[in-house]
Amino acid sequence: MSDLADLAGRLVAQAGSDEHLEAYVARSRETHVRAYEGEVESLTAADAAGAGIRVVRDGRQGFAWAASLDADVLAEALAEARDNATFAEPDEWQGLAEPDGHPVASLDLHHPGVRSLPTDAKVDLALAVERAVRAADPRIVGIESAEYVDDDVEVAIASTAGVAATASESACYLAVYALAEDGDDLQTGFGFSVGRDPSSLDPQAAGADAAARATRLLGATKPSTARTTVVLDPWVTAQLLEVIAATLDGESVLKGRSLFAERLGEGVASPLLTLLDDPTESDAFGATTIDAEGLATRRNVLIGDGVLRGFVDNAYTGRRRGVPSTGSAVRAGFRSTPGVGTMAVRLVPGARSQAELVAEVASGVLISEVSGLHSGVNPVSGDFSTGAEGLRIRGGEVAEPIREFTIASTLQRLLLDVQAVGADVEWLPMGAAGVSLVIDDVTVSGA
Amino acid sequence: MIDDDVCNRVLTAALRTGGEWAEIFAEDRRSTGAVLDDGRVEELSSGRDRGAGVRVVVGETTGFAHTADLSEAGLLAAADAAAAAARGGGAGVRAVEVARRGAPVAEVVGTYPEDVPKGTKVELLRQADAAARSAGGAITQVMARYGDSRRRILVANSDGLLATDDQVRTMFAVSAVADGDTGMQTGYESAGRTAGFELFDEHRVEDIAQHAAQRALTKLSARPAPSGELPVVIGKGGGGVLFHEACGHGLEADLVAKAASVFRDRRGQQVASDVVTLIDDGTVSGEWGWFGIDDEGAPAQRNVLIEDGVLVDYMWDYLRARKEGRSSTGNGRRQTYRHLPMVRMTNTYLTNGTTAPDDIVAATDHGVFVAHLGGGQVNTATGDFVFGMSEAYLIEDGRITDPLREGNLIGNGPEVLLGIDLLGDDFAMGGPGTCGKDGQGVPVGDGVPTLRVAKLTVGGTAA
Repeated sequence: MSDLADLAGRLVAQAGSDEHLEAYVARSRETHVRAYEGEVESLTAADAAGAGIRVVRDGRQGFAWAASLDADVLAEALAEARDNATFAEPDEWQGLAEPDGHPVASLDLHHPGVRSLPTDAKVDLALAVERAVRAADPRIVGIESAEYVDDDVEVAIASTAGVAATASESACYLAVYALAEDGDDLQTGFGFSVGRDPSSLDPQAAGADAAARATRLLGATKPSTARTTVVLDPWVTAQLLEVIAATLDGESVLKGRSLFAERLGEGVASPLLTLLDDPTESDAFGATTIDAEGLATRRNVLIGDGVLRGFVDNAYTGRRRGVPSTGSAVRAGFRSTPGVGTMAVRLVPGARSQAELVAEVASGVLISEVSGLHSGVNPVSGDFSTGAEGLRIRGGEVAEPIREFTIASTLQRLLLDVQAVGADVEWLPMGAAGVSLVIDDVTVSGA
Repeated sequence: MIDDDVCNRVLTAALRTGGEWAEIFAEDRRSTGAVLDDGRVEELSSGRDRGAGVRVVVGETTGFAHTADLSEAGLLAAADAAAAAARGGGAGVRAVEVARRGAPVAEVVGTYPEDVPKGTKVELLRQADAAARSAGGAITQVMARYGDSRRRILVANSDGLLATDDQVRTMFAVSAVADGDTGMQTGYESAGRTAGFELFDEHRVEDIAQHAAQRALTKLSARPAPSGELPVVIGKGGGGVLFHEACGHGLEADLVAKAASVFRDRRGQQVASDVVTLIDDGTVSGEWGWFGIDDEGAPAQRNVLIEDGVLVDYMWDYLRARKEGRSSTGNGRRQTYRHLPMVRMTNTYLTNGTTAPDDIVAATDHGVFVAHLGGGQVNTATGDFVFGMSEAYLIEDGRITDPLREGNLIGNGPEVLLGIDLLGDDFAMGGPGTCGKDGQGVPVGDGVPTLRVAKLTVGGTAA
């Protein structure tokens, strides 16, 4: 780790007196095992490293990256970043993050198991999850994939503004995609188990989950079109939360692309909803101690009891909006400049289980999967329409499976139409945690 | 990128622990990206990605390792790691001798983007911004993106193959926001070619920008899309996304082999209406999914997937083809040297029908006309797929009328293919696309003539 910090420091030391320079240096080690029919289908083991260099001069920003830590390659990247800066238009708000003294959370995000566990044991986990799904139900006829994935990342960020931060995180997960068959009918279901150390992964639970999700859809038919109440599975809620969170960042507000730009302090959601972005929650997959500009991450309240409380900002959007950074700079590794966004959103849970929530729905649909969020949901207009599958709810009980339908509303209405939030928080391998959610008055389009 | 002798030594080392087959995939990719947003050129970025992935196959197992170090020592370390991952049982020496093959190379580039001054690229962004804003006072925001890349690849394997390619791609995209009484709407348009800066001889950035702006403006007066089953007319060009999702993915041999495709065991059978002939073609010069060799060294091919409604063949990569004792169809692709190749589409298109496009609309009493599609997703096992309508209109009494708000359409691949009842004579390719599968994105093209699907479920909110 210290060598990365040294390297970042050496890059920053090359800054001229008239320029600001930030170096983001990262190194990762990954293992990826795919199992199929009791054998290893593929095993990938790799180390990768690289740096992204940002130069700001006279309000102009230039950026270049290289997937190498070799001195000559980094020298070329620095020269490119300087050259690129000359083509940007001056922007008075452009600049690097200033250290803000916010304390860095003490989180236990780096576990040695990802590096120390022998590859054979990782292979065994992938084989075990495949066995578990096949053993769970006689109607499971195969798998599309069963995999063990881990990643161990170290990052060092340094800048002429005085940032000098490091972080290291480990993560691993098992994921399995099951195929269930009954006669001519074939259905799929996934299951996973997430952790920071391989010893915490549970192949049995992941396998059983995938088998249950696939088999419960067997015999699914297409429903007729209607307006109804839906209960979103935690997995579906998490995907919805990611879409909503993407409308609540300072950049969308500045550029007139946020539905909620002018609505701070107003009721935008059911009073049952409190939405947080909290990368300091160590159970969250997106947990991290520093943001992509090296500032400490913090717990940000986006919606409190249905009232819009705030947006997330990085140094640039905060400066331009006249507010401090919320420690919400994000980037896709060293290959990109810092953007702004949430990292670990979640709803404050309610008190009831999914079964208790379903028991209060006379007629509705439990949505277990959605598809096409990227093509049918527009975060600017708020139009919301996705493909879906799930189970009918009749008289407070889960009934027959249905598929090949869509659910539609608008993001604005979905938030206001929430009737209940479940207690069943699920930590998922994504930027949001899930919880069951009951929403009224959603259009189901089918036959 | 790598000398023949080095390839020989690295491949020989990769087979040392009993591997049956080994491969080096080396890549050197330079890219430039420029973004204008909010009226300002925000950023110009440059990237360089260079490295190699080594694959070793033993039985059903593939070992894979990658490195950013293209020196002989770096490659040998990757070969050792891949060989260890594949855990071959045997030992011994099997020397490999590669021979350079005269593979066709996609090198018909007019102007290499690296020879164009950065200032010229940035100027295109400003022209696009001005053009989009001039389309109407309701346009409140414009983002324009320019991107180019040059990707040199080398593939060498233990069968003695050594092939190279040099792939140049250039693209431009504009998204606009319009604000009106009913809220904000967005419009998007893009152009991209496996070509150099001559892209802009063919596509004026002003036209791309105005098209995007017009889409956003049109939707200001859009009404909620209907909900339920309706006849759907898909416009020429970008409507190819329909086939990409409805059956393209389901015809990829890796999914078929795992019985995860609704099209498994259907070769020789009628799977679509007899007007449907579907081709996947990596040889279409200049198209976004064009290349000389695929990422396993196989030359690009034109493959007939469905002919007159009958399923002819699936798409194959090296591993799946090897298992079946046949050859690859040139569909083995990967995002970068850090990824394992999979079966992927290239340019997927439907051939022309015979009906005039106007007659297709006129023959539709009540339905939806989708002029521009916005991507999609499929569950290949069930065949259920969705695709977004980013520009759509109502059809009433055989005429295109009101614009509709955005949403997804859902259908089942095998049912939709059989339900194509009218096919136009106005074939066109659509814009550049990125196809995602297992977390890897690769450039793909698609195209269709205007066509009608007798019944699709429209996922709107209106009755």
